[in-house]
Amino acid sequence: MSAATLYGLSAAVLVGVGLFGLIVHPHPLRKILSFNLIGGGVFLLLGVVARRGAAAGFGGDPVPQALVITGIVVAFAATALAVMLLLRLSQETGRSTLASDE
Amino acid sequence: MVFDIGLAVLVLGVAVWTTAARDAFAAVVGFVAYGLLLALVWVRIAAPDVALTEAAIGGGVTGVLLLGAGTRLRAIEATAPAGEKPGSGLQLAAGMLCVFVTGGLAAIVLLLPEPAPTLAPLAAAHLAGTGLDNPVTAVLMAYRAIDTLLETVVLALALIGIWSLAPDGVWGGLPGPRHHIDSDGVLTFLVQLLAPVGILVGIHIFWIGSVAPGGEFQGATILAAMWLLAMMAGLVEAPPVSRRWLRLVLVIGPLTFLAIGLAGFGMSGAFLAYPEAYAKLLILTIEVPVTLSIAATLALLVAGPPERAQQR
Amino acid sequence: MTLALDGLTILAVCAGAFFFLAGTVGLLRFPDPLSRLHALTKADNLGLGLIVLGLLFQAGGLLAALKLIGVWLLALLAGASISQLIARTARPGGPPA
Repeated sequence: MSAATLYGLSAAVLVGVGLFGLIVHPHPLRKILSFNLIGGGVFLLLGVVARRGAAAGFGGDPVPQALVITGIVVAFAATALAVMLLLRLSQETGRSTLASDE
Repeated sequence: MVFDIGLAVLVLGVAVWTTAARDAFAAVVGFVAYGLLLALVWVRIAAPDVALTEAAIGGGVTGVLLLGAGTRLRAIEATAPAGEKPGSGLQLAAGMLCVFVTGGLAAIVLLLPEPAPTLAPLAAAHLAGTGLDNPVTAVLMAYRAIDTLLETVVLALALIGIWSLAPDGVWGGLPGPRHHIDSDGVLTFLVQLLAPVGILVGIHIFWIGSVAPGGEFQGATILAAMWLLAMMAGLVEAPPVSRRWLRLVLVIGPLTFLAIGLAGFGMSGAFLAYPEAYAKLLILTIEVPVTLSIAATLALLVAGPPERAQQR
Repeated sequence: MTLALDGLTILAVCAGAFFFLAGTVGLLRFPDPLSRLHALTKADNLGLGLIVLGLLFQAGGLLAALKLIGVWLLALLAGASISQLIARTARPGGPPA
């Protein structure tokens, strides 16, 4: 098994772990954290595809690597928006939960 | 290979710890460690540009964002009851779903086609025409430049979304809480030493991106981090978000990109097409304002919505 | 010559790794935050310095060697400032007035 396949399998596990945390945690900040774990796993999967495409003197296929860079930046922007929405929600309601008021 | 196995086990262990930690603060610390370890993994699969981006954005700025949010949330909800975790039935069902998803992805990884399809020869063949030596920068700024253009627009939209969360009374005011400057303080000392070095390193990483691993996103993140540090130490005051010069700095990147893209119709017959003789010059002309805009946008994304009214 | 350089690198990196290990043991075993900070910063600064020393023998040129030393100095600066900041907050009597 090559290093790329090993990291591909760990990317699969990362997505699974993040998905579990996303479903199970009630606190929205933990959900955002788990969502970022899923994102990291998906980017790692793309990176493994890039590594397997090493050719023409490069260590990896540059196109998926560029896609991952774009993805990391956009994921951060989305995380920032989500976190600020959560902060605003807590400031307004005094609690941070996604459950509706009864 | 032994190193790779150890690194993979470490990354998975930190990820599991981040999910299983009781305290939100511990989970955020675990997440920052996870980001830095992931940067090491990127180096091991020969993607140094991605490693720089992951360390800077995934480990650095996201950590600052989440730590700040975690602290403020803990202060806000100190007296609120915590949400209940779902019952063991739902946890078991979630676990089985995750095992199913992991198994599916692992099967895909093991069944990837051999030999692997790749665009690397195509990228290498046209590299000389772009005037760059770093293939990832060539993909970002020449082959898939429209993705990068839309990415800068997405960043600006996220910032507008965050600014729109300000309460009515402080609309257009100063982002973030007030930081008091402590002239004998340790943080002031650190920033006074670190900020010049950091700005130099950021500009260097941006500049070297055309021939070596690096580029505008990595350099812009370091510049944003230096501005954030200076704001946190109280050495510079966060600008009110209604200031015209601030808004100009934020949009000059996407606007320059768009202008050169539209000029591509006249110069080479297609959107974002560069005439071969001027490709490197045009790419540089795009990169400098884009780096400035992205640095300002990233810093303001972390600083948050306006919370204090500007003094008139 | 390269054998001697490689041997020195292995020696220095192993010594640095030992100091990192000692610092981690201190982090896990010491009772309160201040002593843990003490263990961490002493061990990690010396550990990183030894690892950088070991890598200096492998560096390809003066510029790369200067960059390695620059990394160590930046890590020293950041580590010292951060431990001061943490220690001020974690003091038993609270932050100094």
